[in-house]
Amino acid sequence: MTAAVLVAEAPRERNVWGVIAKTFVQAFLICLGIVVLYPLLWMAFSGFKNNAQIFGNPFALPEVWAWGNYLQAWNQGVRNYITISLLVTVASGICTVLVSAWTAYGLTRTRMPAKPLVVGFVLGGLMLSPTVAVIPLVKMMQALGLYNTYWALIVLYTAFRIPFSTFLIRAYMLDLPRDVDEAARIDGATESQIFWKITMPLCRPIIVSCMVLHTLFAWNEYLFAMIFSGAQQTLPVGLTSIMAKHGTNYAVVFAAMTISALPIVLVFFAAQRYFIRGLSEGIGK
Amino acid sequence: MAATPSQRLNWIRAGGTGEFRLRDLLSFRWAAIAVILVGWFVYYPIVDNFIVSTTDEDIFTGEVTDVGLANYQRLFEDPVVWTALWNNFLYAVISVVFQVFGAFLLAALIEGLDSERMRRFWRAVYFVPSAISITVTGLLFYFIYQPEIGLLDALLRGIGLDALARPWLGDERTAIYAIIAMSQWQGFGYSTLLFAVAIQKIPRELYDAAIIDGAGPLRRLWNVTFPLTREMTGLMIIITVTGAFQVFNEVMVMTEGGPNNSSQVLGTWLYQQAFSENNFGYGAAIAAVIFVVTLLTGTAQLIYTRRRRVQL
Repeated sequence: MTAAVLVAEAPRERNVWGVIAKTFVQAFLICLGIVVLYPLLWMAFSGFKNNAQIFGNPFALPEVWAWGNYLQAWNQGVRNYITISLLVTVASGICTVLVSAWTAYGLTRTRMPAKPLVVGFVLGGLMLSPTVAVIPLVKMMQALGLYNTYWALIVLYTAFRIPFSTFLIRAYMLDLPRDVDEAARIDGATESQIFWKITMPLCRPIIVSCMVLHTLFAWNEYLFAMIFSGAQQTLPVGLTSIMAKHGTNYAVVFAAMTISALPIVLVFFAAQRYFIRGLSEGIGK
Repeated sequence: MAATPSQRLNWIRAGGTGEFRLRDLLSFRWAAIAVILVGWFVYYPIVDNFIVSTTDEDIFTGEVTDVGLANYQRLFEDPVVWTALWNNFLYAVISVVFQVFGAFLLAALIEGLDSERMRRFWRAVYFVPSAISITVTGLLFYFIYQPEIGLLDALLRGIGLDALARPWLGDERTAIYAIIAMSQWQGFGYSTLLFAVAIQKIPRELYDAAIIDGAGPLRRLWNVTFPLTREMTGLMIIITVTGAFQVFNEVMVMTEGGPNNSSQVLGTWLYQQAFSENNFGYGAAIAAVIFVVTLLTGTAQLIYTRRRRVQL
């Protein structure tokens, strides 16, 4: 469909230079691919080595595949970190998507007064960064008794991601036809029936996109996780603890890093389509 | 009197009767949770931050004294703030070069490939680091830059450039650049993906017309692809600059702002002042600086998207 945008040519141009340029492009893409992937492979392979090998030749493949490092990393914390990360990601993801979908419905399907004001208020939150809010939030969380628990993260991830998710879902709902819900209304359906039975199923693609993007955010978030989660550490924070505890046992640290990177990379490949939709709608609408 | 369907529809749309709009008011319930959560946890802390920034708290007695603008005055006299601002600025400039313009060129190269399978393959490969958390990539590069086990120095020695090998993160002159380089490695695939989507939306006919007019690949890049993705370029610049002034994670993981505060950015300096030194008031003043910068870029983004929408 978009082939030939740059390199491929009309017949006249299909000459020596075209071939050379093409080869050059291919070589460049492959080199860049190596720069991107090699460090990640090095990380995964180093997790199988022992310290002697790590210090010996960083480029060598593991001589013995020491699965024990991965097991050790898993048992010495990664399991707990993953559990907390999963819990926080899923709980805040569901809350964010539900609240955002409700809000988007209210903003596109009801006769809510002062709509532009509500839209401005909710989407204006996009401009405010977590870094700026963090000091007052510490005091607030202490007052609420959520400090040092993962509940603080669930609440904050939800609150800070509502603006973006609402923005995405609202834009999608604006483009959806309204005939079906008008008809359902005439047939006596209540608002919440229309929301659950008609609007939500129609919004499924954008809901999945939102969920995937939220997962990317919550699984990787560091600032809030470091300050608020206390002993209930999520993966990113837990990794730095492992680093502090086992800093000299490099292989275990590498194994822990690999384990924590793997799920999100798999999610990306499994849900690539939704990922790209979410990203491109979020930015270039 | 039988109402026609369309009259009926209008009557329903109006919420039952012409005057009594209780139902309209009730529809606030759809947005209530979002408004409360965002107001409480996103807006209120920003306001509170300005209040905190005019105070000084004694952590032992818990006594809070009003110090007016003293914390802001201190900002100007603190050399680390200037280092941090400069580092954030460097971050912004280098990221714009690689993650906006570099990513644009790369996306154009990828979208120029003949096979859809290869295009999809490269987009996905380059995106992989963006899916991984900055903590993991930060730690990974902490090891890569390490003089003893690291890949970079081993590579430099391997090709005979021993003189260049150094503890990249332990050297005041190179620490911030090493961190920024990691960030480019991680982030360029993300913007490449977005540019690729933007390029895909360009109608094919424009390229066909350009080819008929005898335009070579570079002319097509300059006269078709670039102007037609200019909106995306503008947005990406704004987003990248905003992100550069909020940098925290990678610096924290890789150097904690060291050595000797040389790689400090506003975010890490805020964190250290507030949570290591217990200077909440001063930390809040640093936060206020970040707020002002991101508000400016955010407003620019808003104006930019607004204007664009009118043009469309």
